[in-house]
Amino acid sequence: MKLISAIIKPFKSDDVRQALSEVGVNGVTLTEVKGFGRQKGHTELYRGAEYVIDFLPKIKLEVAVSDNIAEQVIEAICSAANTGQIGDGKIFVTNLEQTIRIRTGETGDDAL
Amino acid sequence: MNNKTKVFTLFALALLPSLASAQDELSGANTAWILTSTALVLFMTLPGLSLFYAGLVRTKNVLSVLMQCFSVAVVISLLWLVVGYSIAFGPSESAYWGGLSKMFFNGVVVDSMTGDIPETVFASFQMTFAIITPALVVGAFVERIKFSSMLIFSVLWTLIVYFPVANWVWGGGWLGQLGLIDFAGGTVVHITAGVAALVFAIVLGPRDGFLKTPMMPHNLTMSFTGAGMLWVGWFGFNAGSALAADGAAGMAMLVTHLSAATGALTWMIIEWRKYGKASGLGAITGMVAGLATITPASGSVGPAGALIIGLSGGVICYICTNYIKQKLRVDDSLDVFPVHGVGGIVGTFLAAILVSDSLGIFSGNGYAQGMTMGSQLGVQILGIVVVALYTAVLTYWLIKLVGIMTNGIRVTKDEEQIGLDITDHDEQGYSM
Repeated sequence: MKLISAIIKPFKSDDVRQALSEVGVNGVTLTEVKGFGRQKGHTELYRGAEYVIDFLPKIKLEVAVSDNIAEQVIEAICSAANTGQIGDGKIFVTNLEQTIRIRTGETGDDAL
Repeated sequence: MNNKTKVFTLFALALLPSLASAQDELSGANTAWILTSTALVLFMTLPGLSLFYAGLVRTKNVLSVLMQCFSVAVVISLLWLVVGYSIAFGPSESAYWGGLSKMFFNGVVVDSMTGDIPETVFASFQMTFAIITPALVVGAFVERIKFSSMLIFSVLWTLIVYFPVANWVWGGGWLGQLGLIDFAGGTVVHITAGVAALVFAIVLGPRDGFLKTPMMPHNLTMSFTGAGMLWVGWFGFNAGSALAADGAAGMAMLVTHLSAATGALTWMIIEWRKYGKASGLGAITGMVAGLATITPASGSVGPAGALIIGLSGGVICYICTNYIKQKLRVDDSLDVFPVHGVGGIVGTFLAAILVSDSLGIFSGNGYAQGMTMGSQLGVQILGIVVVALYTAVLTYWLIKLVGIMTNGIRVTKDEEQIGLDITDHDEQGYSM
């Protein structure tokens, strides 16, 4: 099993959710996060007080999937979240040791 | 009171027929409008100004600011009952205060009259002005003041600064006798509040991290809501100051509205040209600048004059806001002085010019008998300087006194870091 975390642009979250459903993903966890990368921050101005905003709002998606669809899921996220601009985000993939469905106690791929 | 002053007072009273006779018959129309205006002006503080200010601070201090404005309304109302109304509008013969004979509204009964409206209505209307003035000062010391210091300061400041100045200008005192034009509080409200805010901000010092760490307004939608309420409430503030439902009130409302719109547009255009974008906060700040600037002049100028007032207020308040923050680096946190103080000064000054009835399309109502542009300018400048100096000196010493009484007026660095909602009130504005 793989745990796939994707940092994406906030306005792309619906597109990515759609794309994930299409490749058979049944569940996603979404968090509003802030961060910085190559995309520069911006300046905000309040009555003459200027603030440089370094941390930009992003969405972090976490998906646990079985190994056989991991590649498809990654491609789905890549194509759905891509705008071609700096700041589209990143995908991190890690091995996932175990998954347990709390209600039934099922484990592994059955719990996904 | 010497004979000369006595004659002067009689002369002044003769010019104000609506205030002159306590025997006037009650006017239902006027009474209804001042009742309404009283509600409008209270609405400016609760919740207009409170929301406007609360949106401009950080999340951790939102409740403390709402609480500061609310508490000011509470304590000043009671102070008004105890001694405020008497000092500001009591019948003393002194040209400097109204005496103590109307403490606890002594002698004010159902049938008491002020002009052709009930004295209770007049006193309530004036009370709402006494409330909003110290509430305006709150903007200078938000996010770092001790609640106890702030309450004691507000009470004593209103007692020794606002009430006497209100008497000088509106209560038959010496500035009114000299013919100062201040229809709705350019000197009484905006210069006193603005100057006090500046002095307070300098003495108190900036917030921790001022101009280094971001201190963005946490909720500009809240500020917009409050700004809209201020604009609407200001109709009561200025048009109510006619103390009648008549043409003067109508003209005051019209010029107030036009100046607000002009101030907002002016600020938007300046930002647009300078930074490429017009900000929402800029638009509502320009609106307040336009409103503060027209306040003293709203009983004197015409609609085209209001355009000049709004434009001047917008431009000058904008320049001062940036200068005080960026060059002087004074943390008058919510810009009370550059918007209200400077607006009040500009409006009080311009009133002397735009009241003239020989400016063509820009004409106002014309000078009082015996006044010229020169003499009126002299009186206006005297009023501005005296009120500003009196406020500055008393505010400074009062802050020192309150510091001794409350063992320092500022919260600790740790408390400032945590935020006043928790440290001062054991509550949070938001639980999300």
